[in-house]
Amino acid sequence: MNLGLPDSGPPRFESLDAVRGGLAQVGYLADDSISGVVYLADRLSKPVLVEGPAGTGKTQLAKSVAELTGARLIRLQCYEGLDESKALYEWNYRKQLLRIQAGEHGKQEQEGPSWAELEEDIFSEDFLLARPLLEAIRATDPVVLLVDEVDRVELETEALLLEILSEYQVSIPELGTVRATQLPMVFLTSNNTRELSEALKRRCLYLHVDYPDLDREREIVRSRVPGISEELADQVARIVRSLRTLELRKAPSVSETLDWARTLVILGVETIDAAGARDTLHVLLKYQGDIERAAKELLSVS
Amino acid sequence: MLDLLSGFVIELRRAGLPVSLTEHLDAAEAVRHIPLEDREGLKYALAATLVKSSSHWRAFETAFEVFFAVRGGHGASGDVGEVGDESDEEADGAAGTGEGGPRGQGRSQNGGGGGEGMTPEELAEMLFKSLLSADAALMNVVARNAVDRYAGMEPGRPVGGTYYLYRTLRNLDLDAVLAKLMSQAQVGAVGDGLTDLEERLAADEYKARIDKFRRAVETEIRRRLVEDRGAEALARSVRKPLPEDIDVMHATRDELAVLHRVLQPLSRKLAVRLARKRRHGRKGPLDFRATMRRSLSTGGVPIEPRYRHPRPAKPEIFVIADISGSVASFARFTLHLVYAISSQFSKVRSFVFIDGIDEVTRFFEGVVDPAEAVARINLEADVIWVDGHSDYGHALGEFHRRWGDEVSSRSSVLLLGDARNNYHASGSWVVEDLQRKARRVYWLNPEPRDYWGSGDSIVGEYAAHCDDVVECRTLRQLEHFVGNLA
Repeated sequence: MNLGLPDSGPPRFESLDAVRGGLAQVGYLADDSISGVVYLADRLSKPVLVEGPAGTGKTQLAKSVAELTGARLIRLQCYEGLDESKALYEWNYRKQLLRIQAGEHGKQEQEGPSWAELEEDIFSEDFLLARPLLEAIRATDPVVLLVDEVDRVELETEALLLEILSEYQVSIPELGTVRATQLPMVFLTSNNTRELSEALKRRCLYLHVDYPDLDREREIVRSRVPGISEELADQVARIVRSLRTLELRKAPSVSETLDWARTLVILGVETIDAAGARDTLHVLLKYQGDIERAAKELLSVS
Repeated sequence: MLDLLSGFVIELRRAGLPVSLTEHLDAAEAVRHIPLEDREGLKYALAATLVKSSSHWRAFETAFEVFFAVRGGHGASGDVGEVGDESDEEADGAAGTGEGGPRGQGRSQNGGGGGEGMTPEELAEMLFKSLLSADAALMNVVARNAVDRYAGMEPGRPVGGTYYLYRTLRNLDLDAVLAKLMSQAQVGAVGDGLTDLEERLAADEYKARIDKFRRAVETEIRRRLVEDRGAEALARSVRKPLPEDIDVMHATRDELAVLHRVLQPLSRKLAVRLARKRRHGRKGPLDFRATMRRSLSTGGVPIEPRYRHPRPAKPEIFVIADISGSVASFARFTLHLVYAISSQFSKVRSFVFIDGIDEVTRFFEGVVDPAEAVARINLEADVIWVDGHSDYGHALGEFHRRWGDEVSSRSSVLLLGDARNNYHASGSWVVEDLQRKARRVYWLNPEPRDYWGSGDSIVGEYAAHCDDVVECRTLRQLEHFVGNLA
């Protein structure tokens, strides 16, 4: 099915296993769904919308894929009030102004450029400031585009993304349409603070990244925290899982688990007992209420 | 395959998922890239293309299990006679891939006593072993045998399988198994038993394993039902509504748990949306000072006017909720949601009643999690006057006497309840009076609109004095209403 897209080139990944193995090589332990969706995203040339709780490695996924494919990572951090000139492109109007003034100076000696020439000149690519989205489209080397926390922009700004996501092109009124020479892999992340529009979701593959299960979390801890013993990693993963079953305001994320494991390693802890856990719990949980509840429920310390 | 996919998409749409044509095409395209025998891969490919919200996952999973059960299972027809042989194969395969451990033991066990010949004791023993060693293959074997033995499935009965699940699990008595596992863990521990922490961790671990086993049983039952009646017929009876569409009044315990889980993200989203709505879309008055200050950079010409940040007045909310049995969970959800976004209101005061009425605002003060306060209401609020059957008339009268004067033109009043008054006096004059005093009076009714006014429901009598009477059966409707309120 060719929708007039630029040639997507040879597939980046041979097979599902190649994705998973490759990601593991660059230090990202993917589960079935993650590697499957990354594989499909490549095959179908579709952007991936990654959603899930904070700190589960959504942004890291894009970084790891970039590292794996040897592509440059272009990142667009979204925030409230992000607009076209920050996301897509902007005319470098100071430079344009200089160009016009330079033209006027030239006029005194000889005939300066006509207005039409000048207009053509100042609206050429030389005067265009490419912002992340345009940069990703125009790049000739392989790139991975990461649109981070897309749920922070307003609903109207989301529309900016649509053309890029489905057609891989940007329309600039003065220049015409810029098409991608090669298809970038696109990742959008969302913390789910609001519903994204149907139009955006429809154009993406959807990937929900949740907290990892026990085995995967243990592996993550072991690969990311140097010098941790197997037992300690196991204990860390199990305590964290138990914590997540409690009703907390903010369940511990993977990055917090790693912080905690590192703390324990630095403190020279070999096995966690209730008192030790109580003393370091604040690395894992960020609300006083949560800490108290966890201590009460899990550690029987009040 | 394409036909199967179409059927699957239709089923998803029936379950309420918005699957567009493009997404259907994407799924068809995606499936081509996945090796057919890879069932998990197929599942994720379909999920990635068809499901675009994590709250839809449950509905998707149920439909998937039904539609792709037979083809994706072990290819086993589930005949009782075959089970013995099959379980051998299974355990063999797993022994090759899985880790070592007490599997050898388990295998000889099930090889000897597989299939029909297994006694309940042997089955229980095997279950215990499989849970102790977290052996997935053995668990599946146990699940299959247990279903054979206990479910008593009758072909052709149009049920969803919950009943069979219940029968199977009741006979296995998982609670006792858990207790046994725990005592085993105690004995196995070195030194003087387990510390509290270790005990808790072990319990969580075994609970997770038991959950896994429960799912294995569920899958097994579903697989047999599909064989018996075909995917589409079964899909109809196991279809689960999306969390937003669950009827709060008639939700089962499981559904209530689901609702609780979605409520928190929902209220957070609502709060963010409302906060944004307040900040944007309204311009405050001209800020003369800032405009002049800014005009200096353009030579004193005020090109860009600046505005003050708008500070629109926040409404004050009175929630008066019926918490008698029939509508209790609805009241809880509403209170939870209102308090979760209480920063959008200048003040929230809440009252609960059955036939007496009590103010419960105090429970919410200084509490981070509204769920906690809501739980306390059930225990501590003083709402019984005579017999603990709803009496709107008395409760409203009492409200008017004690707090009526505090309702002012800045207040919005929310009345929650089904207005089933057990044929007591309605007391609608209170509502009439409230409407005169308050900015707005709303009535939220968790019953379907068709039932209003039937039997002892007198919502019509109150409706005459309300600005609006809203049907609020699902979280979706509730969210919509609360969103418009602020």
